[in-house]
Formats: sequence, C-alpha cells, structure tokens
Amino acid sequence: MADLTREQVAHLAQLARLDLSPNELDHYNEQLNVILAAVAQVGEVAAQDVPATSHPIVMTNVFRADEVRPGLSHDDALSGAPATQDGRFRVPRILEEESS
Amino acid sequence: MTAEITRLSAATLAAELAGKQMSSVEATQACLDRIAEVDPLLHAFLYVDADGALTTAQAVDRRRAAGEELPALAGVPIALKDVMAMRGVPTTVGSKILENWRPPYDATVVTKLREAGLPVLGKTNMDEFAMGSSTEYSAYGPTRNPWDHDRIPGGSGGGSAAAVAGFEAPLAIGTDTGGSIRQPAAVTGTVGVKPTYGSVSRYGLVALASSLDQAGPCARSVMDAALLHEVIAGHDPRDSTSLPGPVPDVVKAARTADVRGLKIGLVTELNGPGYQAGVRQRFSEAVELLTALGADVREVSCPNFTYALGAYYLILPSEASSNLARFDGMRYGVRLGDDGESNVEEVMARTREGGFGAEVKRRIMLGTYALSSGYYDQFYGQAQKVRTLVQRDFAVAFADCDVLISPTCPTTAFPIGEKVDDPLAMYLNDIATIPVNLAGNGALSMPIGLAPEDGLPVGLQVIAPPQMDDRLYNVGAAVEAALEDRWGHPLIEEAPK
Repeated sequence: MADLTREQVAHLAQLARLDLSPNELDHYNEQLNVILAAVAQVGEVAAQDVPATSHPIVMTNVFRADEVRPGLSHDDALSGAPATQDGRFRVPRILEEESS
Repeated sequence: MTAEITRLSAATLAAELAGKQMSSVEATQACLDRIAEVDPLLHAFLYVDADGALTTAQAVDRRRAAGEELPALAGVPIALKDVMAMRGVPTTVGSKILENWRPPYDATVVTKLREAGLPVLGKTNMDEFAMGSSTEYSAYGPTRNPWDHDRIPGGSGGGSAAAVAGFEAPLAIGTDTGGSIRQPAAVTGTVGVKPTYGSVSRYGLVALASSLDQAGPCARSVMDAALLHEVIAGHDPRDSTSLPGPVPDVVKAARTADVRGLKIGLVTELNGPGYQAGVRQRFSEAVELLTALGADVREVSCPNFTYALGAYYLILPSEASSNLARFDGMRYGVRLGDDGESNVEEVMARTREGGFGAEVKRRIMLGTYALSSGYYDQFYGQAQKVRTLVQRDFAVAFADCDVLISPTCPTTAFPIGEKVDDPLAMYLNDIATIPVNLAGNGALSMPIGLAPEDGLPVGLQVIAPPQMDDRLYNVGAAVEAALEDRWGHPLIEEAPK
C-alpha cells in the first residue's frame, strides 16, 4: 500500500474540519502511515467470501409508538449555545458575499 | 469512623443503611471527605458534586425514616464517568471542546441511578472522548494509579477505576468500547464488567463508536458489580439498539459462585509470549484454581482474533469521525476563532483544531481516511468482514465451552508518559479486550494477584456468550471467594493506604 502524502493528509484535515498547523500535518502524516501499515493486515481476509457485520446484535425495524411527548424546552435547548440572538442560535456567516 | 466507612463494600453499606446502622448522609460525607483528602493527588474526579450527592442522601434518609421500602442500593454513593450526561452537572468527556458544558438532560443510566437513590459524588476523569488506555489523553491532566502514583490507572475509564481502588467511592459507572472498563479494572486491582452490547442504554452517553460502546459497573467485588449491573441494565425505548429481553439474574449468579462441571475455554490467541511473565504466571495459577474448584478447563483456538486489533482500529476511528462531526461549536460547547469576519467553516475548523486533543484528531483523521471514497472497501469494508469472523470464532468456541478466559491485558500498569506519543504501543493494551466489543458479548475483569516482578495487580478476563452475563458473575464470584480464602482478605487491602 502506498503511503499517505502530506497533501492527502491536508485534504483529510480539510474534510474533517481540522485547522491543523504545518507541524501537526507532518506529525500526523508520519503517525497515520505507521498506524495504517499496522492495520493493513485486515486486507488478508479480502479474498474470503465473508459477509460484513456492522452491528454486534442484529435488530431490524425498531419502532416506538408515535406519541406526542414533551421535549427540551426552548431555554434548555439554547442553554449550552456559544452565542444566541432573539431566542435562536447565532452562528458565523454561512453564505458568501456573492450569493447573499 | 470515616476511614472505615469508605472501605466498606457496597453490599455491606447497603445492609447497614437498610438496618439504619448508618445514614446515607454519613456514607456520602465519608466519601466526600476521602475525595478531599486523596483526590488532589489521584485526580480521579473532574468535578465533585457535594451538594447534589448530599441532597440525594438526605432524601433517601428521609424516605427510609418514613418507613418506605427502598431499592437495594438506595443511599450508596457512586462516581460517574464524565462521558454520561447529567442535567446541570458539567460533562466534559475529558475534552476542552465541552469545557463548562452542562447538559440539559439526564442519560438513562443517570435516571436509573436517581430512581434507585444512589447519590452521585461527581464526574470521573477519562481519556478525551474515551480514546485511550491510560487516561493521559484527558485534557485535564492524568489520573494516578492508587497502587503506584507514577503509573497509569488504565483508560479510558481510569478515573472511575482509581476512584473505586482509592476508596473514594464504593461503586462507579464506566463505559467500554474496546476495554475501557476491563483494562482499568485489571491494572487497579478492581472488578469491571462490560455487559452484552445493548443491555445498558446508550441514551445520554456521549458516543465514541456507537456499535461498540457499552456502559457497565466498576466495583471492588464481584457482588458489588452485580448489584450495580442490576440497577443500570434493562430495555430503554430511547436507544434503538437496546435489547428488549429480560436482564439475566446477575445477583443470583454472584451468590451461586459454583464452577463445578463448568466447561471453561482458555483462548490460545489471548495469551503467550507478548504477555508479561508475571501476568502469565498469575493467569496459569487462576487456571489451576478453576480446575481445583471442579471446572473443566480446556484450550480453544480463535484464529481470527489475530485480525481483531487491526479491524477495531479501523471501525472505531470510522464511527468516531462520524460521531464527532457534531462538535462544531455552533449549538453547544466551545466556539473558537469567531472574529465576526470568518465564515462558518473556518470557525468550525478553528474550534475543532483548538478544542480537540492530539489523539482525538489522530483518530478523526484515520476514520475520515478509512471512510473516504476509494478506500472504504479496502479498510472499513474489510474490518467489517473481520467482525463476522471474530463472531464465528466465538460461536465455535462457545459450542464447546460455557465461558472463555484470558488475561485482561498483556501487562500491569505502565509508567505515566511511557506510551503517550506512541499510538501503536498504546493500542496494544487492548489486544485481549477488543474481540468482545467486536462480537458484542459480555466480559468481566477481576483481580487474581500481583505480578511478582513489579507488585502490581493482574486481571483475569471472563467472557460469556451474548446475553448470558450471569455466567460472568458466577465464575467471578467463585474465583474471588477461593482467592480471598487463600489470601485471608481481598487483594485491594494490599493497596497502599
């Protein structure tokens, strides 16, 4: 398996929304390659005709009764917010200038 | 008096409370005093809720005085791993990104503890987002092992294990995704149980890897763990993966403590040259003991366990990278770098960069890669096949055996700092505990002596088939009783005061 490049690590950081420093990029690049080499042995089962297991105990179609029940109050829902305004979550700019 | 109270088992405390020989306020205050005395050094707690605990204790005492019939553990204090949401009480998951967050709701486990009348002493330290095997990855500093203050208490639930081993609390709640209850129990000379996946509700448990996470009891004896197991287990409609069936009678099993005629499988792949000499020595003595007690011990092979560690370190980061996407600094938790100019994605990336520690970022990156387009089949897909193979190995082994055994971990507690920047060395701690999480069945760790070379506790792991957690307690209690007969006291009595 080819090693991850620094560019790939930077792309992963972007996908994961992590504003990594250049030093961190180097460090993680090295460590991720070591870890990936160690876990790559799972590929040895590749040829086997084995179904995948996503969940230890299989349960399907788990439903509950569709009843109206009290949920979080407005104040509770906003209680941990870093910023609020007019009873709502206040967030940084989402739309760019040209599309606003 | 205080010192004596804190050394009592939960079962004894419960009996004294029921007999009105002691009040819950006395028991709770004794624990709070002990925490004030030893926790500046041990650092098992991230938050101590003295007022909340004493309020619960007073309510229990009032109800008891009024002649109400109360649940078995009513009034017995408990510590809660900081991964469980508790209304109004800081819940950080050991991370800066949730510093000062106070959840607006209770986890189902917390609701059950409230209903059963257990005063919650506070929240215990853990590796950030439960990622780690030493509690060194907590953003709030490491916890020390009561047996040797320069060594780790295990992880991720090192705080819960140290609180119990350090006599700060008779009971604690842990969570186990790859060994985070059992490995800390092993290295602190305490008892820890990971119940069958789905037995204890995950509602309000901050998710690490949802298909692996399971909460369970931490205690100083097998019976105490069983009493707590009974309180927290059971179906919860708020968790779609919660098992609907009845919970096995674990307390009765802990009283039975009889292994005569039981078929016990010794897993070849979970023992051997990679395990410390003293761990292997104590483990083979435990095997001899089980034979002497009338069990039929035979060796079984689970060849695909060789792939379990690799599969786990693909499945866990994959699920974690997805679960942790919610920590973006928008609706709760810390927000960093919001200068009024930057857009939402820039603020999210700064929040996550500053809010998450090194191990969390490492696993998010690994999981993002394993799930990314073009690599999914090679990594995550392969890991899921391994999961099937591990389940099949267990099924074959349990066709011939009632329970399986192994050492809980390859070594005793290692020195703080030794593996902190060597992820692979850290991951190897979990080699014997991980197969159970992949397959979903329950397992217990209990102390079986001290390794001769370092004088530190060694753990025995007992593994049962899915939904047969009562067998863990039967075997555990039998071994515990025989060892305490031999030693004349529980192993934890040998820990430094």
